[in-house]
Amino acid sequence: MTARAPRVGVVTFPGSLDDRDAVRAVRAMGGEAVPLWHGERDLGGADAVILPGGFSYGDYLRTGAIARFAPVMEELRAFADAGRPVVGICNGFQILCEASLLPGALIRNAGRRFVCRWVDVRVETSLSPLTAGLVAGEVLRVPVKHGEGQFVARGDELDRMEGDGLVVFRYCDPDGALGAEHNPNGSAAAIAGVRNEAGNVVGLMPHPEHAIDPDLGPTGGQPMFAALLQSALEPVASGIR
Amino acid sequence: MRYVARVEVSLKPGLLDPQGKAIEGSLPALGWSNVSDVRVGKYVRLVVDATDLEAATTQVGDMSRRLLSNPVIEDAVIREVVEDAVGNGRA
Repeated sequence: MTARAPRVGVVTFPGSLDDRDAVRAVRAMGGEAVPLWHGERDLGGADAVILPGGFSYGDYLRTGAIARFAPVMEELRAFADAGRPVVGICNGFQILCEASLLPGALIRNAGRRFVCRWVDVRVETSLSPLTAGLVAGEVLRVPVKHGEGQFVARGDELDRMEGDGLVVFRYCDPDGALGAEHNPNGSAAAIAGVRNEAGNVVGLMPHPEHAIDPDLGPTGGQPMFAALLQSALEPVASGIR
Repeated sequence: MRYVARVEVSLKPGLLDPQGKAIEGSLPALGWSNVSDVRVGKYVRLVVDATDLEAATTQVGDMSRRLLSNPVIEDAVIREVVEDAVGNGRA
């Protein structure tokens, strides 16, 4: 055990919106937040990094398509390759998929509408920086707000992801049951979040950083940020670095 | 030499295209009820300075794969790479 507070970097891109809430969430949960700028090749000594939500570069071309080439992303790729925890929330998830740090892609919602509401997500694996210490089957209430959150991947890629346990969260009802009416964007297999093979990079469309403060509503984001802070201080798994 | 390239980017077949669906749903209201399978893509026009046509075409292909399209969800087709003899590319 260490007494040091985990340092969590939060990257701001032009058009990021939820960077400040992510910083607040890190601090509220007892971590040290390190604001990072997309144009710098420096992660500020962070133990973990969050790519926050928003509309980086105005979503031009495709969501996340321009942001993935930002200078900070070179550093982030090396950081991820070294096995350090990386979290992409909403637009951050889209950026990680564009950068091929996560499988699949996110396209316009099947319902053709922007969705902004609370959803329940079911934890599918404890093998990710947001679910370490949580139990598969646990249900967390968090908000979504996106126009392009439909997760898609090729059929064989989806099979591989399911086989390797890369699905981290699925949209569900409050009891954890799946159903089309609980899937806000038509995502394949109700997928709300995924991880990479190594298990240190995770992305999700819902916003845990908006579900921290009990005065403002449900607090499904608390266990996720607690898991992230715990993961941030864990030594790098042997063999990855 | 300057070359003008035209690239077409479309969602892969089978992926739901909500924009296409919205257009398809609007056409009958204008009296066209015989339209189906509407798909919306992107058209990208570029001017490339390159030593020759082959170099320009190779570069446009690389750019199409790395940035203009996401191969996970989209197909990119180079429709044309032609010498910009009359300076259209400057417009």
